[in-house]
Amino acid sequence: MNTDTTDIKHSDHDTTANGSWDGAALPFRVGYGKLMIWYFLLSDAFTFAGFLIAYGTLRFSMASWPVPDFVFSTFPFLEGHHPLLFVTFMTFVLLFSSFTMIRAVQEGHRENRRGVAIWMGLTILGGLGFLGCQAWEWTTLIGKEHMSLTTNPFGTHTEAGVYLNADGTPSDETFEAGDTYLIHRMHLSGGHDAHADAHGGGHGEDAHAADAHAEEAHDDHGDGHHGGHDYAGPGDYPDAMVDERGYIHRKYIPSEGELAGVTVHESFGPKAFGALFFFITGFHGFHVLSGVAFLLVILINVLSGLYVERRNGNEMVEKIGLYWHFVDLVWVFVFLVFYLL
Amino acid sequence: MAHDYTAAKKIATKTILILAVVTVLEVMVALTGKGYIVEGWYMTPWVMNITMIAMSLYKAYLIVYEFMHMKYEAKGLKLSVILPTCLLIWAVIAFLYEGTAWKGNRDTVDERSKIEVVE
Repeated sequence: MNTDTTDIKHSDHDTTANGSWDGAALPFRVGYGKLMIWYFLLSDAFTFAGFLIAYGTLRFSMASWPVPDFVFSTFPFLEGHHPLLFVTFMTFVLLFSSFTMIRAVQEGHRENRRGVAIWMGLTILGGLGFLGCQAWEWTTLIGKEHMSLTTNPFGTHTEAGVYLNADGTPSDETFEAGDTYLIHRMHLSGGHDAHADAHGGGHGEDAHAADAHAEEAHDDHGDGHHGGHDYAGPGDYPDAMVDERGYIHRKYIPSEGELAGVTVHESFGPKAFGALFFFITGFHGFHVLSGVAFLLVILINVLSGLYVERRNGNEMVEKIGLYWHFVDLVWVFVFLVFYLL
Repeated sequence: MAHDYTAAKKIATKTILILAVVTVLEVMVALTGKGYIVEGWYMTPWVMNITMIAMSLYKAYLIVYEFMHMKYEAKGLKLSVILPTCLLIWAVIAFLYEGTAWKGNRDTVDERSKIEVVE
């Protein structure tokens, strides 16, 4: 481990006869460890790029794709529709932890052990905060909206149309082509309480409430919704088709396209969406998690005075800093392709 | 260290502020463009997407060049990291083109199965 120290020292007294290729010089003016972390990050960038390109390819190959500002519109303790608010908050948490990290690196350069420890501590808190947010986001998607690796309840209409009332007549709840809906799921094994989670989602009236009773009470959109519907179990109803797993596919009549005038029910969205989302944000979250672990180890080493002995401006802090900024860099692109585009 | 402590501190603060502002702008574009902020006002999707991609690339530049200190590294190091990354430009173009072709194939298959039903 101590070879780092000697690498840096060489650069002070090798300036005379040695060319870049004669050995004992540092052509890139950085230590071996730092150079290698750059190349590791380069390879990691390709891994992430591969994932994101796969996402793009699959998205381009589908006729429709869930609209992100509909899918990601929940916020802890708040009811209703808050598009992109929570994920913007997450982005700021990670961005701020990147700032505290660079402050730690700067304090490291001037051998200020106390400063390094404080700023690294804040970075760890930021990382944990981000992971907490992600845990909440995943919990909501899996537990309340029933998205899984292979089932994507977020579908998108490809033509305009109108939903049906409980008696099968057209309601005044219309939608446009490109509107995303959430196929809600009812509890099947709940005995007498076999009750829909929430009513089907029209545009902008999706409360994602876990409790249909609570929602009925204050659902006042008044545009012909049919909140808090009772479905006895799987089967065909005038206004919906409930499948064996309890997903409530609402029925509607398209007003344009080949199926205009025919009653059809909502179908699941592109299957790959869930797998891509969980794998890519999960892989990024795993990077954050391991980053937090590395930060903790290096923080302990900082506190023990190990890097003071090396006298290389806390190069180890700089290396974990590079990794941490890279995690932030990847998030910029995950944020772009999953949430913005 | 190419610059002294106070200057570095200043640059870090400035960079994080720019990053925060650009992030807010990005989200504003995403929401305004889809009619959330000003009612009935939308942006053409491709204009919106290009704007957001450009802003993200600018953010990436700031993170790599200022936070990761690439701006102050030796030229060889810069090139050895950035040149391979440029290969991704072609990867993106090629795969998105491929994805579009898959969609074309799906449509063709759909058309064909419809013809069989009619017969």
